[in-house]
Amino acid sequence: MDTLVAKAGGWLGLAFLALVMAAMAVDAPFAVHMIIVAFACLLMLWATVSRADYEAIARGLLKMPADEGVYDDDPIRWGVIATLFWGLAGMAAGLFIALQLAFPALNLGFEYTTFGRLRPLHTSAVIFAFGGNALIATSYYVVQRTCRARLAFPTLARFVFWGYQLFIVLAATGYLMGVTEAKEYAEPEWYVDLWLTIVWVAYLIVFLGTIVKRREPHIYVANWFYLSFIITIAMLHLVNNLSMPASLFGSKSYAAFAGVQDALTQWWYGHNAVGFFLTAGFLAMMYYFVPKQAERPVYSYRLSIIHFWSLIFLYIWAGPHHLHYTALPDWAQTLGMVFSVILWMPSWGGMINGLMTLNGAWDKIRTDPIIRMMVMALAFYGMSTFEGPMMSIKWVNSMSHYTDWTIGHVHSGALGWNGMITFACVYYLVPRLWGRPRLYSLRMVNWHFWLATVGIVFYAASMWVAGIMQGLMWREYGADGYLVYSFAESVSAMHPMYLIRAAGGAMYLAGFLIMVFNVWATLGGRVRTEKPMTETPYNAAADRPLAPVPAE
Amino acid sequence: MSYDELRHFADSWGLLAMALLFLTLIAWPFRPSARARNDEAANMIFKDDEHG
Repeated sequence: MDTLVAKAGGWLGLAFLALVMAAMAVDAPFAVHMIIVAFACLLMLWATVSRADYEAIARGLLKMPADEGVYDDDPIRWGVIATLFWGLAGMAAGLFIALQLAFPALNLGFEYTTFGRLRPLHTSAVIFAFGGNALIATSYYVVQRTCRARLAFPTLARFVFWGYQLFIVLAATGYLMGVTEAKEYAEPEWYVDLWLTIVWVAYLIVFLGTIVKRREPHIYVANWFYLSFIITIAMLHLVNNLSMPASLFGSKSYAAFAGVQDALTQWWYGHNAVGFFLTAGFLAMMYYFVPKQAERPVYSYRLSIIHFWSLIFLYIWAGPHHLHYTALPDWAQTLGMVFSVILWMPSWGGMINGLMTLNGAWDKIRTDPIIRMMVMALAFYGMSTFEGPMMSIKWVNSMSHYTDWTIGHVHSGALGWNGMITFACVYYLVPRLWGRPRLYSLRMVNWHFWLATVGIVFYAASMWVAGIMQGLMWREYGADGYLVYSFAESVSAMHPMYLIRAAGGAMYLAGFLIMVFNVWATLGGRVRTEKPMTETPYNAAADRPLAPVPAE
Repeated sequence: MSYDELRHFADSWGLLAMALLFLTLIAWPFRPSARARNDEAANMIFKDDEHG
């Protein structure tokens, strides 16, 4: 009981401290952020007092540990719901900014709704909020199941979840108010970065602690990928965000690096965020959930280890391909290009490993829409890991760089690979986490699959056309050495492609809405009566013994 | 250590050490005695379904 009072007092004290910071703030967004923090502290105070685990206090008196015979799934359930919530926000923001590009009037003449502020909101919401929550939730699930041990440090695990949500709220509100470090995929300002560092170290402790207390001799390969994702993101985050705040009570800071060093640091971070957040982390999901859903072990465990070490050793060098034909030394550009091309091989090794896991069970693609999503995710993983190395070749890059081809490439990876594998994992997890016999509807999963797939095709194809057209228009010289097209002409030529892209995004979002409804209904305990996805033909007339026929 | 010394070290001994480490790590699961361990590891996810 004493600790309960101390905890409640601590939250109240922190809330008070945040309000003092808000009062001393030198700029308005910082004050807003500190009020949000104070509000979060008060919420924690309310939760501590009203929902105190008096049973745990009693257990503490009797020195009884929590039930080690059951997995700790509460933070995973919250994570699945948070994944869906932030996914909806991030994808809706994406569709809105796609429409802004086609119809600039949608900027609404209001600073908070301009493309420049909503674009980082979209990227961070889908990558860090949707993808990050999916990664935290699935990593908690997989590490417990593969270590056959209950999650270590349960309080810290809950702190990771809620602390991460606070990070997302601070980042998102900051973008809208114009608080940004202007670093790609690392826009949050210094105090939000510090908060994320604390949360991330806690995440590492929970994950490592669970691995340490494992009851299985081997550490399954999915955990290698999760661990590399957690450690590498920590390293990247710390180095890329080295900066000096202008005031301890303000939201502005100045980066430690300048010029081309800063550019290289940012893309060292940026590309490895793709490599370790969007690739290694999601490959961890692939290496656990694909074999589980297919009910057969991964095609080659040795190949998965080659895949792992190759990504670790190669990815870290690929960043300079974002800086072709810039002030970066030529040798560094070539280094980035060469390592990017080499990366193609292990990536395809991993894709083949995932696809061949279905060997002998290929019929499941017809009968199981979740497997179908996983296969499509792997196909897009293979496609974007081919397209990426190709675009990193200087000769290709001189045409593709700064065009919408890059946007198309990112989205075929993000929508196709990250999105599809996350959807498949959520569909796998929901009935298991909430103890339901099955999903509300498998046919709706099928609808989701087709809407998402066709949406990606519209998106990627229109951006290929748009990007190549842009690249060619920008470099088109006339006979007398003048550029043939003005920039504005290339912009107006893009309009039809922007409409097609928005239509593709709308389809993808529509599929996601079906998913949200399906999960909602599953949580409500409903099961839709529907025709199964496959029917084995049965002919009652033929199903009888051959009667002896008397000779005539 | 100056920048110049560091980069010469990095593209000679450093590169060699990284390459050897990489080759050792990917060769490791191919040693003959690892076959059973690999199979066991690949199949362990099916050992326990729910509450472990």
